[in-house]
Amino acid sequence: MINRTATFILTMFAIIAFTQSSVLAQKAPPFSNDIMMDNHTYVFFMADRFEYNMNSGLNPLVLDAQGYIGKDLNKFWFKAEGEALTAEAEGEMELQGLYSKAISAYFDVQAGIRYDVAYNADDSQSRGFAVIGLQGLAPYLFELDGALFVSEAGDISASLEAEYDFPITQRLWGQPRFETSLAVQEVEQWGVGSGFNNVQLGFRLRYEIKREFAPYVGISWNRKLGQTADFTRGEGGDASVFGLVGGVRMWF
Amino acid sequence: MSDNNNNNMDRRTFLRYAGSLAAFAGASAVLPGYALAGFGSEKREVLTPQGPDNVIDLTIGRMPKVIDGKRGEAIGINGSVPAPLIRLKEGQDVLLRVKNELDETTSIHWHGILLPFQMDGVPGVSFDGIEPGTTFEYRYPVRQSGTYWYHSHSGLQEQLGHYGPMIIDPADEDPVEYDREYPVVLSDWTFENPYNVLEKNVKMEGYYNYQRRDVGEFFNDVNKKGFGSTMKDYLSWGQMRMSATDLLDVTGATYTFLMNGHGPDSNWNALFKKGEKVRLRFINASAGTTAFDVRIPGLEMTVVQVDGQNVEPVSIEEFRIGIAETYDVIVEPKEEKPFTIFAESLDRSGYARGTIAPRKGMMGAVPELRPRPKRSHRDMGMMMDMDGMDMEGDSMMEMDHGDMDHGNMDHSDMNMSAMKETPVKHGPDKHGPGAAAIAQNQFDRMGEPGIGLGNDGRNVLVYNDLKSLEPNIDERPAQREVELHLTGNMERYMWSFDGKQFHQVDGPIEFEHNERLRLTLVNDTMMEHPIHLHGMWMEMENGNGIYNPRKHTLLLQPAQRISALVTPRDKGRWAFHCHILYHMERGMFRVVQVADEDGNIYGQDYA
Repeated sequence: MINRTATFILTMFAIIAFTQSSVLAQKAPPFSNDIMMDNHTYVFFMADRFEYNMNSGLNPLVLDAQGYIGKDLNKFWFKAEGEALTAEAEGEMELQGLYSKAISAYFDVQAGIRYDVAYNADDSQSRGFAVIGLQGLAPYLFELDGALFVSEAGDISASLEAEYDFPITQRLWGQPRFETSLAVQEVEQWGVGSGFNNVQLGFRLRYEIKREFAPYVGISWNRKLGQTADFTRGEGGDASVFGLVGGVRMWF
Repeated sequence: MSDNNNNNMDRRTFLRYAGSLAAFAGASAVLPGYALAGFGSEKREVLTPQGPDNVIDLTIGRMPKVIDGKRGEAIGINGSVPAPLIRLKEGQDVLLRVKNELDETTSIHWHGILLPFQMDGVPGVSFDGIEPGTTFEYRYPVRQSGTYWYHSHSGLQEQLGHYGPMIIDPADEDPVEYDREYPVVLSDWTFENPYNVLEKNVKMEGYYNYQRRDVGEFFNDVNKKGFGSTMKDYLSWGQMRMSATDLLDVTGATYTFLMNGHGPDSNWNALFKKGEKVRLRFINASAGTTAFDVRIPGLEMTVVQVDGQNVEPVSIEEFRIGIAETYDVIVEPKEEKPFTIFAESLDRSGYARGTIAPRKGMMGAVPELRPRPKRSHRDMGMMMDMDGMDMEGDSMMEMDHGDMDHGNMDHSDMNMSAMKETPVKHGPDKHGPGAAAIAQNQFDRMGEPGIGLGNDGRNVLVYNDLKSLEPNIDERPAQREVELHLTGNMERYMWSFDGKQFHQVDGPIEFEHNERLRLTLVNDTMMEHPIHLHGMWMEMENGNGIYNPRKHTLLLQPAQRISALVTPRDKGRWAFHCHILYHMERGMFRVVQVADEDGNIYGQDYA
C-alpha cells in the first residue's frame, strides 16, 4: 500500500514537472477537415467496347468509351460512341460532355451537351443536343444509362443502355448488353424515324488478363425498327444486322 | 527538482529490474534480460530508454525489403520492418527522438498510449507532422503497461512497413506468468504502390476480389440446395446490389501476409523449451483490410491481455484479430515438436505463418486455407437468413459439438439467444449517397466469433469472453450518449460516419473533459471495421460492469451495435477512425475534441 502511494506521489511529481516543460506548451494546429484523401479528384477512362464487327460486308470498327474527372459526388463525365466502316469512307461519332451529380448511392443524374458527326466520302454533317440522363447501377446489378436528348432543331429523342456482368470464372466474364433508342420526331436527314428506332442485343465474353485489360469476343445483333428501318432499306442497307465481334475492354 | 525526481525514479526502476531479473534467473538461467522479447532466433534491435533522460532515437527512412525472395521498397525505422521493438517501463518519462529521412512528411502515433495530445502523432490534429530532414521530440510519461504498437499516421506510409511493436513492462509485478515472450507482428505487404491500390478500389468495385461466386459455384449450390433456393439467394444479393463475397477490399491477390516481417515461405521462427510458458504478443499492424484468424494447431492458447489491458484468462483454440488490436496469449507446449502459428486472412485469400519449435529451423505442418466464407443476410441487418437451411445447419453443428467442451456450449447458447434477440431498429436517416446500405436491424453479436468462424468445432474467442482483470476507475453511469454509424459505399469507395466523409464535417465531435459518456457504434455496412479512438479507453459494454474490458480498437462486425463507456480524462484533440488505412483516407475519420468547461483543450490534469 505504501509502495503504491509512493508510486502515485512520485508519478504526480514527475507529471507536474513534465507538464511545465516547454514541449507541452506546443499548440496543436487548428481544426481542419482537409487532412485525408477523401476529397480527392480522380481521373477515369474506359473503353468498354473497342471492337471489330464482322457482319455482312460492312465490318465497322466500333468504339464505346467513357470516363470522368472529378470527386466522389460531382464529376465531369464524357462519353464517346461511334463507328467507322472499314470497307468505305463512312462513319459517325457521338460525343457527350456532362456534369454528373450523385443523387443516390448508386445513381448519378447527368446533364450537358451532345455533338454528333457523320461523314461519308462526299459529305459530312453534324448536329448538337442538350442532354439530361441518369446513369448508375440498378437493382439486380444492371448498369443502366438512359438519357433524353433535345436537338438544336427541337427534335426530341431518348436512348437506354443496359449491361450486366457475371463471372463465369474469376477472370472470364459474360456480358449481355441491350440498347434501344426512340425519337418523337422524324429526322430523315439522319435516318431517324419517329417511334422506336432500333434494338441492339449483344453478348460478350471477356478474359481479364488484368482487371484493366480484357480482350473479348462476342455477338451483336442490331434490328432497326419502323420508319428508321424503312430509311435504312431505302438507302440499300439491311434493317437487321448480325455480326461477330472481337475487341478489347480497357481502362485506367 | 525534476532531476531529483528522475533520480528517484531511476533507482526505483533499477531495483525493480534487479528483482525481476532475479526472478527470471530462477525460472530460466539461460535467457538474458531483453533477449526474451526479441524477434525470435534472428538478431533484431530492441530499444530501451537510455541515459538520464530516457532517450530512444528512431530514424525513419526508405529501405529495400526482401519478402520471400522478392525485393520491394519499404519505409522502415532504424533500417527495420517491422520497426524495432520499443521496450518501456511504466512510470518512466521518456523522450523519443524521431528523425525523418524521407522526402515527405511523416509521423509516429503511439497506438493505445494515453499521453498529452500534442505527443499523439496525428498530423493536422495533434501536431504538424515531421518535415523531411527534421527531428521531432516526443516526450511523455508512461502511465500504463502492456502490449502496444506504433505506426505512421501520414498518408499510406503504414502500408509500406512503417509500424513496430511497443511493450511496456508494468511498474508492479506482472499478473501474467511466463518464461519467455515474443511479439508477433502480423501485417499485409504489397509490392504495388499503395496509392494505386487505393485508386483501383475507387475506380473498380471489388478490384482485388478473385473469390466471387462464379458460374461453377452457382451450379454447385444448385446441386446442394436446389435451383429455387439458389436462385432466390443469388437474386436477393443482386437485388440489394451487394456481393456475398465482399469480405476484404484488398486481398491476397496483391498482399503477402507477414509475421514479424517474414512472408509465409520465410517461416518466422520462435523457440521454446518443453514445459515453458510462452507469451505471444500478437499485434495486427495491417494497413489494408486484413483481419486475421489465428490458431496454433495442437496448442491451446490462453488469452491474458487484449489491447494492452489484462483480462481474466480465457482458454481458446482460435481468435480473430482486427487491425490495430493486440492479443497476448500464453501457450505451454508439452511436446518437443514444432507448432505452426497460422494466421489466415478473414477472406481466406492467404495467410501469415511462423513456427514455434524447440530448435531453430524446424517447421510444423501448414494447414490448408479453409473455404472462403459468404456474407449472410444477418450481415445485411436482416432478421432471417434467406438461406434458412444454412443457418440451421450451422447451429446444429454447434450443438453437436456443444457437449464436447465448455467453451462451445457457451457459444451455442449464445447463438440460441441470438436467434431470439430483439435487435435495435435503424432510424429514418438513410445517410445519403455515401451509404449504400443501412442495418435495418442492429445486432449485439458480442457472442459471435465473426464470419467464417465457430462452425467447425473450434473454440473461438468472442468479445463476450473478455473481462478486465483490473476494475475500471470510473463507476459513474453514462451521463449522455453519442451514437455514430459506420457507413460506406463500396461502389463509389466512399467511407464515412453517418454518411458524411471527414471533409464534409465542419468541426470536431465534442466530448467534455471528465464526463462519463456512452459511445454507441453501429455498423451500417456489410464489412468489418476496426474503430480506433485515440487518447482514451473505450470500456466495451459486454455485461461485466466495472470489469468491462478496456479497448483502444473495437472490431465491429456487419450490422453490429456496440457501446462503450468513455471518460475523456485527457484534454485535447484526438483522432477517431476506422483503422483500415484506405477507409480512413476515404473519409471514415473524425476528430474528437475534449475541452474543459472553459472550452480549453490545453493543460493536462491526470487526476
